[in-house]
Order: sequence, then structure tokens, then C-alpha cells
Amino acid sequence: MDDVSQQAQAFFIIGSNTSEQHPVFGAMLRQAVRQRGAKLIVADPRKIDITEFATLHLRQKPGTDIALLNGIMYIILKNGWEDKSFIEERTENFDEFKATVMQYPPELVAEITRVPVEKIYEAAEILAKNSPMAVMWAMGITQHIVGVRNVMDLANLQMLLGNMGKPGGGVNPLRGQNNVQGACDMGGLPDVYTAYQSVTKDEAHDKFEKAWGATSNTKVGMTVTEMMPGILEGKTHALYVLGEDPIMSDPNTQHIRHCFASVDFLVLQEIFPSETSAYADVLLPGVTFAEKTGTFTNTERRVQMVHKAIDPLGDARDDWWITAELAKRILLTTPERIPSEAPFSGWEYANTSDIMSEINALTPSYGGITHARLEAGERLQWPCPTPDHLGTPILHTKQFTRGKGKFMPIDHVSPAEKPDDEYPMIMSTGRVLYHWHGGQMTRRAEGLMQVYGAALIEVSPYDADKLGLAEKQFVRVTSRRGAIEAQAWVTDRVPPGMVYANFHFPNASANELTQAALDPVAKIPEYKVTAVKVELVY
Amino acid sequence: MVNLKINGQDVQAREGITVLQAAQQVGVTIPTLCEHPDLKSYGGCRLCVVDVKGARNPMASCTLPVTEGMEVVTHSPGIEKTRKTILEMLVSNYYDAGYVNGQKRETQLMRWVNHYEVDVKTNMAPAPRYAVNSDPNPFVWVDMNKCIQCTRCVRACTDIQGRFVWGMAERGINTHPVSGANTDMLTARCESCGACVAYCPTGALDNKMSMGAGEPDKVVMTTCGYCGVGCQYELNVKDNKVIRVTSTEKAPVNGNHLCVKGRYGYDFIHHPERILKPQVRRYLLEGKKKELKGSPWDWVETDWDTALGITSQKLAGIKKEFGADSIGVLTSAKCTNEENYLMNKFTRQVLGTNNIDHCARL
Repeated sequence: MDDVSQQAQAFFIIGSNTSEQHPVFGAMLRQAVRQRGAKLIVADPRKIDITEFATLHLRQKPGTDIALLNGIMYIILKNGWEDKSFIEERTENFDEFKATVMQYPPELVAEITRVPVEKIYEAAEILAKNSPMAVMWAMGITQHIVGVRNVMDLANLQMLLGNMGKPGGGVNPLRGQNNVQGACDMGGLPDVYTAYQSVTKDEAHDKFEKAWGATSNTKVGMTVTEMMPGILEGKTHALYVLGEDPIMSDPNTQHIRHCFASVDFLVLQEIFPSETSAYADVLLPGVTFAEKTGTFTNTERRVQMVHKAIDPLGDARDDWWITAELAKRILLTTPERIPSEAPFSGWEYANTSDIMSEINALTPSYGGITHARLEAGERLQWPCPTPDHLGTPILHTKQFTRGKGKFMPIDHVSPAEKPDDEYPMIMSTGRVLYHWHGGQMTRRAEGLMQVYGAALIEVSPYDADKLGLAEKQFVRVTSRRGAIEAQAWVTDRVPPGMVYANFHFPNASANELTQAALDPVAKIPEYKVTAVKVELVY
Repeated sequence: MVNLKINGQDVQAREGITVLQAAQQVGVTIPTLCEHPDLKSYGGCRLCVVDVKGARNPMASCTLPVTEGMEVVTHSPGIEKTRKTILEMLVSNYYDAGYVNGQKRETQLMRWVNHYEVDVKTNMAPAPRYAVNSDPNPFVWVDMNKCIQCTRCVRACTDIQGRFVWGMAERGINTHPVSGANTDMLTARCESCGACVAYCPTGALDNKMSMGAGEPDKVVMTTCGYCGVGCQYELNVKDNKVIRVTSTEKAPVNGNHLCVKGRYGYDFIHHPERILKPQVRRYLLEGKKKELKGSPWDWVETDWDTALGITSQKLAGIKKEFGADSIGVLTSAKCTNEENYLMNKFTRQVLGTNNIDHCARL
């Protein structure tokens, strides 16, 4: 983030409400614009706060990012602004990609995206002529049925302009949760062990069989968006959930409730009773970040210490202790899974530094990241394979992971759900500055509730007029799956035809309305486009 | 490089830096109030004055660039007397209503007041000129009676947060910061990041949630549990309770800057709804069939042994009956790497399935 905020000559923020969701980084970007005159392009249907600092704001229609990007790249190619030597030396498949982009002349793109031709042109010129340029995105890009294609097209743009692998450039996804990067790195995904070692590759499962002393399952597991419906299909019989609240965070709440009500056994390890705990069979009290020691990995792959500041409250226990105790007890009933010679078959850990040593041994990118080094003040970003390695702040400086960067021809695909006569508007979802995700923590922070104490639904002045809606009146928003009622915030942050809702409050959670239309690769739901109707309640 | 003398010592300094910075580099402490290394220099409070050979009057070292051959004296009886007089003048416009403030330790103003033995009681303003706690912001305590017009709040809001809430209003002795067009802070579009509080050297702006909490027993550096930026800060702890968050320049990503959730969103830790004992449904204790309604579905508080025993039996039983792939595990993007690693090991080694995921997609 340092290199980006200090060295980028231009920023392209697309699908990230940076100043509300990553506020400290958002403030750095504001200052880069103010103090060094860096150019900022924001592509977002909403007039989010950071647009106040933008050189240019593109308000594309939700779900048309690929068309917009292809349109920008069309102009770059037409004008010969691409980085020809980068394309020549470090990439492949350029011609096929170019053929696709050339299907997107600005006039067509303007029709699809509703962004005027001259703005697309202006954007292309700013992005091409200010180098290095950094692209930043978050869920606004990924929570679409074309989430993976969106990301690939952004990589196309950065390869086209030669902005990869240099300070102040690159593709910079802003990770939402404090340790979502770490949860992925640690194998919290159905297809990979730690450090993305594939469960279907012999090399990886041999390695973990030897380490853990148990036969590996080589079948890719289910994602969260598959496990839930799996309950109703008789595939999933039990769930062990750590610190998550799927009823708030998963699409189509009514359906998720139905799934949870049908599961044979649900164990929830949590700090608060949640919407999900209503369906749990067992509640195991874990602890907050203030009561534990370990590490989080931030959005720039920086691994940092978390230090226990207070003793666990009441009878709550360290989350790692709970998991280890469950493991030991289950293994007692299935001793055949544990041949004793495997070096990491056991579950006896004195502390989290012990666990990190095991991670070091089995996780190439974390090989040299120890608590001792972090405690000594070293600043480490993975990959950091060995104890004397200093970490890697910037990836792909000399070559990409696969060698050459491959341009991918990407075509525009319309969102899964289109507005019609019955549901004529588009709803997008997200979070607000004062709250966090399902709201289990922030709804229990008094001051935050004083500032933002109930869900607000953003409605444009144009639609408010049509509905006869005044400020602070309540609206009902209905989709094919459910309805919520909440106070309206009449604001030009949203364009006509669009509303915006959050999922912080159980009585008016946007996820009552969303659907599990998934990206075929990433299985991420399309939260950013839901067809809805809006009515005045009172 | 520029060559100069500080207190007779030869010093080499980079061109463009100030005398104050050059002095700090060789370990000389000059008292400051309006100056802060994160903020643009202002030269308003004059506490950092030094004697410069050839200059008629003492000069503010925080805005004075080093020049070749310069000879500076930072501490002399005359300079020290000037500083004491400056502090007495600052304090004459200051009023302390006598409450325990929300700071981690004594304020920077009080540090120098005590150092120069200025008697606050006899020197301070005879009466308050502003209401104490004059702003309804739930996080920021405002008591303009303690303001010395150093403008650090204005500069922090402008040059760090980029929100332009604070500005200086009125003239002469009445000069003081106001938010927006003299409205309350939230109306002035304040995002409650608390930067103005972190940089205030007097307690005129303070942590409202920590008023009266006193000094911490210990201060523990940790990493924020909200978003993925990875800000670090200090949890101030007293009697096993988090009483405030303080920012520090030692944090690699964010330095002294934080957002509203990081700085002020910590009280959930001690919220009375915390689950503090393992709980199981009554039907499990009574060996009955699962019922989603009625008394079998009541929660019963229990001990760890019972809760872990029931859980492991149920999971092992389901695994045996329906196979390992009938169990799903959701690990947590809020938990540590170590905890996530164990969840991955638990799923794959103990259960023998790859059904593990978390909310990365959501």
C-alpha cells in the first residue's frame, strides 16, 4: 500500500468503496491526490465518498464492468498507447485478446454501460498516460457471476499498459476481512492445502499424508455456497462453523434459514449469540482478538502479530485450543488415522508459536515467517520461504507465476437477474463506514450505533419523487426471494433505477433479497445485481 | 549536506531539514507543542525557540531550515526563561475544569508545564470560556477551554484524514478551532477517525469513551480485527478491561492514523452478550431426538468437557454413518493464521474431507 499511495501516478478504483471499507488506505489515496496531484479514476455506479477526490467518475450500469474495460482498452489500442515492449517480452496470447477487445468500440460500450463516449475516452487517456498506474478493486468487481472474468480483464488492462510488477502499479485487490488473506493462505478453501497446494496433485497430498499421517482425500471439497444447499440435498449432515454468521452474510437468507433448520448437527464457535446461533446445537465460546496471540495477514500479504491484551473472559477459551481438543477427542475414536511416525500427526501445542512452526514446515510461502522474527520487529510479506529471506513486497517483478502473462479474451455477459416489469430496479449491496459485515461486533459498539443505528436504503431523488417518498420515510424493497423494510436515505449517491442496501442489521438485511447466482469458477454470489421493486411503506 | 553547530557540536544535516530535526538527529530534545513529525510545520506556539548566532531574537526551530555555518544554542538560561514565559502565556488562556481526562498519560502540554515548573492553578484563566464537552460526537470529547490554538487538529484532519472538518475561527484571544461552519462535528462531515484527538497535545480534544478511565496498567501492541488494511495500535488495559485504543508511529502500515472502527469500535469486547460458557441444547444432554421447538431445544450451560464430548461424539458418529464428505467446516477470516491452519488440519486430517471454506466470497 505504501508503494501504491506514494508512487502511483494514477489510481483506478473500480468496485471498491475505499474510503468507507478500507478507511486508512482510502485516506492515503485522498492525500496522494491532494498532495502530489496523482490522478484518480473511480468507476462505480454510486457516487461514493472517494469520488469527491476523483479526476473522473464513471458511473457504469451495475454488471457492465467488462464492457467498460474492453471499451477503455479499445481506445488504448486504437491510439497505440499500449506498452509494446512489455507485451512482447512478458506476455502471450495478445492477438486473440486484441481481436475480442476490437469488438467493443466506444459507441457500443456507451450503450451497454451508459457511460458517455467522451468519458470512456478521457479515462483511457488518463490511465494510459500516467505511469505507473495502480488498479484497486474489492467486492464490486468480484461479487458477480463474471467475478473471475472481471478480475482477468483488469489484469489484461495492466499487462496492456505494462503496469505489472512495478512499484506503484499492479493489480491490487483490497481484501475485506482482517485475515481473509491468511484464511486462504492457511488452506481454508476446499481445493487447496496451505499456500495453495492443490488437493488434487499427488505431490501435495503425499506431502500432507507424510506430515499428518492420515490418508488424504483427493476430491475437491464443497464451497460455502455449495455446502448450504447440500444440506437439503442430503449431502451435508453436520457443520462446524468458526466465527461466521452465514444467515447474515450468505445470499438468500430465507433459504439459508431453511438449510440450517434441516441440518443434523451444527456446532458454532462464536463470541456472541448470532442469527446463526439460533440454529446451533452446540455453542463453544471462543475469544476476541484482544484475548489471543497469533498472526493476521493483511491485504498486501504482510504478516503481523496479534497480541493477547486481556485474559479470556469468563470460561471462554482460545479458539485454537478448542479445535485441538475436538481433534484429539475425535482421533481417539479413529486411531487408524494416526500412524505415530508422522512428524505433525499430533495436536499438542504449547502456544500459537508452536503452531506457526508447523505452518513454517508445510507452507513454502510462510517458511521463514516465525513469531520470533515478527516479535523482533521484522516486517515480512510472503513469499518468505526461509528464515533469512526478507519477504516480498511486490510480486511478478521479473516474471509471472506461470512464466509469461497470458492475455485472456473476455466478453461482456449480462448479470443473472435482469430488471423486468415486476422488479424494475437494481439493488446493489455492501457495507458502511460504521459497521462491519454481519454487524455482530459493531452493533454491540455503543458509539457506532449512535452514529449509524439502523439500516438505511439509499434511494435516488428521482425515484423518491416517483414514489412520493420524503426523507426518513420507510420503504419496502422486494425481490423474488424476500422483502425488507427500512428507512430510506434519499441521496444522489445512487443513480436513478438503483438502490443500495447493507447487511449489517438482521431486521433489514440485504441478503434476504439476494440470490445464489454464482460465478462458475469462484462460486461467488452475484450480490451486486438483484432485481427489486421499491414501495413506500409509511 | 549542510554543516552547522548545535550547542557547540559540529553537526552535518541534510539540506532542507529544520534546525529542530537536525537537533533531534543528534539527540537534543527541544520542547515542542504545535510541531508534530507527521504534520506540516506551523511555527505557532514558539516553544521550540532557539538562539541563532547573528539573529536579533530567538527563532522557532520547527520552521527554520538549516544553513551552512549556522550556530545554534538550544538551551541557555535566557532561552529557558523565554520558554517558561511562553508556557505561562499559553496557560493564561487555558482552563482546566478538574476532571480526569481520557488520555493514556499526561498531555504533552502538562509535560512541559511540569518540566518548566509553571503553576497551572495560579496562571490559568479565571473562568471557562466554552462549554465543557461541547460536541455530541459519541467518540470525540471537545473542551475548547484547554485549546492552545496549535492547529494540530486542523492539520491532522486536512493532511491525514482528508476530511477538512476543523478550521480556525475568530481572531486574537478568541481564536479557536470550530468544526464546519461552527456546527457539530458529524454535521461537518466528521468520520470520527479520531486523528484530531490523537494529535491534540492538550486534551482539548479527547477520547470520550475513556474519560475518567485513568492510566492503563499495560499497553499492548496488536493488529486491528476489522478490515484487511492491517493497522496496528495499542490496546490500553486496566483491570483486564480494554479502556482505550491509542495509535502509535510504530505501526508499519498506518502510523498514528486509524479509522472510527479501529480507534473506537472496541467496546464489543466487553459487551454483556458475550458467550462465556459452553452451551448445548437440552435434547443432547437428555439423549433425545433433535427438536427445533420446545424445551428440548433450550440452551443449557455446561462445562467444556461435556460440550467437547458431545460435539466430538456427534461429529464422529455422522462421519461414520454418512462419510467424511457429509461434514462441512467453515473457518473464519476473522481468526488468526494459526487458528485457520488448525481448522484446515482438522478438516483434512481428522475428518478426512476437503469441505472447508470461509466467507472470502461474501
